[in-house]
Amino acid sequence: MSAHAHGHTVKRYRGLMDWLTTVDHKKIGILYMIAGLFFFLIGGLEAIIIRVQLMKPMNDVVAGDTFNELITMHGTTMIFLAAMPLLFALMNAVIPLQIGARDVAFPFLNSLGFWTFFFGGLLLNLSWFAGTVPDAGWTSYVPLAGPTFNSGHGVDYYVIGLQIAGIGTLLGGINFMATIINMRAPGLTFMRLPMFTWTIFITSALIVFAFPALTVGLVAIMFDRLFHANFFEVANGGSGVLWEHIFWVFGHPEVYILILPAFGIISEVVSTFSRKRLFGYSSMVFATVLIAFLGFMVWAHHMFTTGLGPVANGLFSIATMLIAVPTGVKIFNWLFTLWGGSIRFTTANLFGIGFIPTFVMGGVTGVMLASAPADYQYHDTYFVVAHFHYVIVGGLIFGIFAGLHYWWPKMFGRMLNETIGKITFWTFFIGFHMTFFVQHFLGLLGMPRRVYTYLEGQGFDNMNFISTIGAFLMGVGTIAFLLNIFITWAKPRNAAADAWEDGRSLEWTIPSPPPEYNFQQVPLVRGYDAWWKEKMEGNTAMTPAEPIGSIHMPSPSILPLIMSLGLFIAGFGFMYDRLIVAGAGLVITLGCMVIRSLVDDHGYHIEPEDQEKGVKA
Amino acid sequence: MKRLLPLLTGLVLLLSACGREDLSTLNPQGPVAEKQLDLMKLSIGIMALVVVVVFIICIYVLIRFRRRQGDKTIPKQVEGNHTLEIIWTVIPLVLLLILGFPTIRDVFGLAKDYSKDKNAVQVKVTAHQYWWEFEYTDYGITTAQELIVPTDKKISFELVAADVKHSFWIPAIGGKMDTNPGVTNRMYLEFPKEGVFRGKCAELCGPAHALMDFKAKAVSPSSFDRWVAAMKAPAVMPADAEIAEKFTSQCLSCHAVGENGGNSAPNLTGVGSRQTVGGILYNDEAGVEQNLHDWITEPQKYKIGAMMPSAEDNSLTAEEVSSIAKYLAEYKLDY
Repeated sequence: MSAHAHGHTVKRYRGLMDWLTTVDHKKIGILYMIAGLFFFLIGGLEAIIIRVQLMKPMNDVVAGDTFNELITMHGTTMIFLAAMPLLFALMNAVIPLQIGARDVAFPFLNSLGFWTFFFGGLLLNLSWFAGTVPDAGWTSYVPLAGPTFNSGHGVDYYVIGLQIAGIGTLLGGINFMATIINMRAPGLTFMRLPMFTWTIFITSALIVFAFPALTVGLVAIMFDRLFHANFFEVANGGSGVLWEHIFWVFGHPEVYILILPAFGIISEVVSTFSRKRLFGYSSMVFATVLIAFLGFMVWAHHMFTTGLGPVANGLFSIATMLIAVPTGVKIFNWLFTLWGGSIRFTTANLFGIGFIPTFVMGGVTGVMLASAPADYQYHDTYFVVAHFHYVIVGGLIFGIFAGLHYWWPKMFGRMLNETIGKITFWTFFIGFHMTFFVQHFLGLLGMPRRVYTYLEGQGFDNMNFISTIGAFLMGVGTIAFLLNIFITWAKPRNAAADAWEDGRSLEWTIPSPPPEYNFQQVPLVRGYDAWWKEKMEGNTAMTPAEPIGSIHMPSPSILPLIMSLGLFIAGFGFMYDRLIVAGAGLVITLGCMVIRSLVDDHGYHIEPEDQEKGVKA
Repeated sequence: MKRLLPLLTGLVLLLSACGREDLSTLNPQGPVAEKQLDLMKLSIGIMALVVVVVFIICIYVLIRFRRRQGDKTIPKQVEGNHTLEIIWTVIPLVLLLILGFPTIRDVFGLAKDYSKDKNAVQVKVTAHQYWWEFEYTDYGITTAQELIVPTDKKISFELVAADVKHSFWIPAIGGKMDTNPGVTNRMYLEFPKEGVFRGKCAELCGPAHALMDFKAKAVSPSSFDRWVAAMKAPAVMPADAEIAEKFTSQCLSCHAVGENGGNSAPNLTGVGSRQTVGGILYNDEAGVEQNLHDWITEPQKYKIGAMMPSAEDNSLTAEEVSSIAKYLAEYKLDY
């Protein structure tokens, strides 16, 4: 705590400027949520158009080329611009609160991460307005995505947009690893961490190891496309199979980057709403670590039909099957957390409980796919489409909905409406199973994935129709959720600190929403489920670990936004071969980095008398 | 129950081995697909067991332990249970072993290489955007879109791609294998029953990926020999000299019949006796001549992104299109 920072006047912004310059993890969480929901709606709209096109055989709502753009953008948007940011929203909103910290380890980086993600996503989606949209699938296999067979700018948007957005993800991963390692409250040892914090810790580690692989691949494709390199150009000695390896070395851990946080959310929600301690906590932790570890050794199961040979296929089959064991441990631990509990069916818990059987169905089809000889039949069919939507929508999106309903009062100080919440759950849940359950059978009956249409009379017609109806039902569920947000917005901020009354971890010990410094006094943690433990011992507050004092805060900054804007401009410059524009963009970014390095910023302090006034986030 | 019901219907659906005989993986027409279906059934059986156990526990728990109105009791806080945790670690491991052994057996079994086997028919498959070329290397003949195979021999495929990555798949006969540019893949299939089976491209390859279908026709050994002989016979050219000249200059620059022409487009030898035009226009519906006429007039109308120019761009008059369609429709092979 540097003394000279006291009384240091820091410009504080209001209104829009406050949101553009904020480095507060709670506000960044809200920004991630708004942007994530925005892209979720775009991706959802794309999904609806896809399903309308496939509603009947030989339909002509969109042509084959547009359809390929839709599936590419649907997949890319949903994974990178909707699912990941919504997870980052919850990470930001919750993790520092759960570990008793006043912010993340690097607040400035946190803001930079958000803005690079945002501008990367924006760049990618601007391709719709440029009229050249990525169309080689979210996996962007070469040579279809290479310059020879894809000469427009479409895939450039994918390559450059994802590189910029990927910076944000990587920064987030580093930041949350550092935060969880260094900023835990006194007494909060690793084996006392809430399960959500554990899964975010492991996910952050996965991000740090997996995303560089994607970046390397994207840079290589960018060099092929923009500078005539030959990494993947077969005619000049490159290799297309190389891209498949690079992509899936990233792509498979990515699956666990997405699903582990959902596991964490479900653990919190199920435990809170059954008023019971998480069953088998330590085995849950080890299962998470094991899944993450094995997750790096199974990438080639996406390539069983590539022709890697029987030895590779056999090894990757068995390695993949092994992941079922720790995952099974988790499922049964959740069931036995519920067992003997006192289960309350809030919307959050409905999503939490709905997750369990749904995810099991996605998991078992995963084991079926792991058996390579059978996969020769499933691969690239609607069976795979059904499988990964069961794990990503039925797993991750159910988890995100559970988490948003659960932590909404903590983030905004208002409880979401439970009646609308239940409408959201039932329409989304039934719609989901209607859409995707039949798709398993479509695949088995011989329907390949990524087809823009199908001939009549192949036995695909009825199931495709059912699937489309289900998609509309999911749309209704999503709209109900948005309505809920708007209706809740108008309500008074009256959520209690322990909004669900059965809260177990530290976030429920501070007001909803928390003041910008989170904890006036950092709490002393005396065991797992720290807040529950205190409540059971009859205490009404945590024991403070420090006296009341002046609180050091980081200052807001507009630099992260401008740095990201620079990259965004540079991206366009490179894409359209305007090197002056590209250079100008890079100068903006590097200039901001110079300013950030040379100008001392000591932050500011909130004195105890101001803390009493209750500075709200 | 709500969630169990679709699962059970699904299982019934599955056990009844539904789907088209010429298309469905659940209705296998050859030993490779049969082996794969056996493995699928085994894994579905094991997995259905897991799903049912989880569903039963889940439903029981939700009913038995739901919170009653005004219930303020605090349930017993259980840390865990070593016995239970060992049980649900060991049982899945055992189940995976049961699935793992046949998986490994079939991974190696299906990877057998028959490319040196004198008794196998060697076929080199080249995938193009958006059509399939089949070259019978031992016989020196090439055909397209319709693979003709004998019922008594193993077919050893050599798979390559001419442009982007595709994937070669005849669901009712056996699983797929990708065609990678610059890499040669091998696989074998067997077609013990006579019939026509639907083949598909399974890897996204461009706008017309959905329409990159082909047919595999399994015929008796003697019929196959007659087909090979007919394919090797000198090409039949249009009788009308003017049409023959037009056909040679406008069509054979890319296509071929018999020994004449190029190889950058599907070989048309005996195209009149094929099941489809372009893999997707079924001749038993509109008739081969009508289909050929439609296709030659405007290929992009039926297959977006097809490389073939329309009749107009290819400077063919309406009469010439009709004559060429008629000639090709009548170009049948007797086998």
